Amino acid sequence: MQNYSVFSLARNALSNHQNWRQAWRSPPLKKHYDVLIIGAGGHGLATAYYLAKNHGIQNVAVLEKGWLGGGNIARNTVTIRSNYMRDESIPFYVKSLELYEKLSQELNYNLMYSKRGMIDVVQTYPKLRELKRRMLAMHLHGSTYEPIGVSELRRRISPLTGGDLESRLPIIGGMVHTDAAVCRHDAVAWGYARGADDRGVEIHQNTGVQKLLRGSDGSITGVVTDRGKITANKVALSVSGHTTTVAETIGLRLPLRTFNLTAFVSEPLKPLIDVIVNCPDLGVYLSQSDKGELVIGGAPDSGQSFRRDIKQNVFEESVRSMLELFPSFKRVKLLRQWGGALDIAHDATPIISKTDIPGLFVSAGWWGGFKAIPAGGLTLAHLIANNEQHPLSEPFSLKRFDHLDFVLEPATTAH
Amino acid sequence: MLVIHCPFCGPRNESEFINGGPAREKRADNPNAYADADWIDYLIEAPNPLGPVTEKWWHVMGCSMWFSIQRNTLTHEILDYANKTHD
Repeated sequence: MQNYSVFSLARNALSNHQNWRQAWRSPPLKKHYDVLIIGAGGHGLATAYYLAKNHGIQNVAVLEKGWLGGGNIARNTVTIRSNYMRDESIPFYVKSLELYEKLSQELNYNLMYSKRGMIDVVQTYPKLRELKRRMLAMHLHGSTYEPIGVSELRRRISPLTGGDLESRLPIIGGMVHTDAAVCRHDAVAWGYARGADDRGVEIHQNTGVQKLLRGSDGSITGVVTDRGKITANKVALSVSGHTTTVAETIGLRLPLRTFNLTAFVSEPLKPLIDVIVNCPDLGVYLSQSDKGELVIGGAPDSGQSFRRDIKQNVFEESVRSMLELFPSFKRVKLLRQWGGALDIAHDATPIISKTDIPGLFVSAGWWGGFKAIPAGGLTLAHLIANNEQHPLSEPFSLKRFDHLDFVLEPATTAH
Repeated sequence: MLVIHCPFCGPRNESEFINGGPAREKRADNPNAYADADWIDYLIEAPNPLGPVTEKWWHVMGCSMWFSIQRNTLTHEILDYANKTHD
């Protein structure tokens, strides 16, 4: 791998940056691999990376229908946080944050990681009680969450001028999650892809999987792609919203439904907000990117959807909510909007698990899966390599449904 | 935004409705008659097709009627207007 440093930058400047090597190869497709990973998004690429790095399994191919990192890793709001409620979830996300913090150095790839913290703007007492309960649970697992008063809240977020005592929902306090961070989403996919490729993993873009194949003993034997049949000992599914679509081809049913979650950005503004602001009572959250754009996200659309756009009513609701607290943003112009197809499990907790089909693994139900990428990849790689769960992902097994032993996590989305 | 045809009120904006998820088989009168695995399957599994799905809507800001429509999950086209009401 070509190391990225100030020296390589200077060296390549001498040749007008014409001689940079490609970050990953495009090798010919083989007929057989030890492990096939379907979906070159954040979770798929991270899994491939940790398979090669931690477990020495290098005969791995990542198959991607479109282009690398073109799915939900390009369609999120880059928030990395660990303010969860349940004992099953918090350690997993604490680990993910810890991995994110060192990821730029580990991958030798600038993720533009910025640990700027998140502030919840609380407007109702039930929400405040819930967040204080969450705070106590988080402290047990080494995450950070502290209450602050209204004046301190308004001092830290200067454009927050709405929500006074006369308003429909006056602000009553805030919670600060100092561990929260943002980073460049594409760089996560590219960094993991480059690191995995360097360790021998092959990434095949424009290779859509049409069908999963099982052998006479019922275990997985490979896949049929639009570039032909590929055999494999193990196959992992990390295709987000289309998990059930792919699993159906082998007769596997999963307790997942696909929804559309959207976000949008404003025109670039001068530096205005230096934290991630989450308004759980209104269901809207925003942060300011390095370019100055406000990145604004809301709630998922209520009906099942495989679309990747935004509905007018969902969009209007998010904007209306935001303007209640940030009336000065009224004249800000919006630049772009996007949506992603994500699957939500029956209990809204992710799934990292073996399936009824030996050799087939699934990583799904990532509702806000960007923050979970390093830990998701680490634990799925562990599961594929050892055929048993990593302690951190044990609660996310499909086995929990056998006894209706749900992990009911209220903190999956931002509200 | 979808324009949903309520059987009672006619075409109305989606924002007047609450989505009730995909329609499933009627809940059994006697769940004890099910094997455990089948009962759990009934509770947690729901259709998730890439294409037409039959789903329930509740006209909560109108006549309060529950009914089902058929809608394409990819194009959001409503293929079959309310044809079946629910108690």
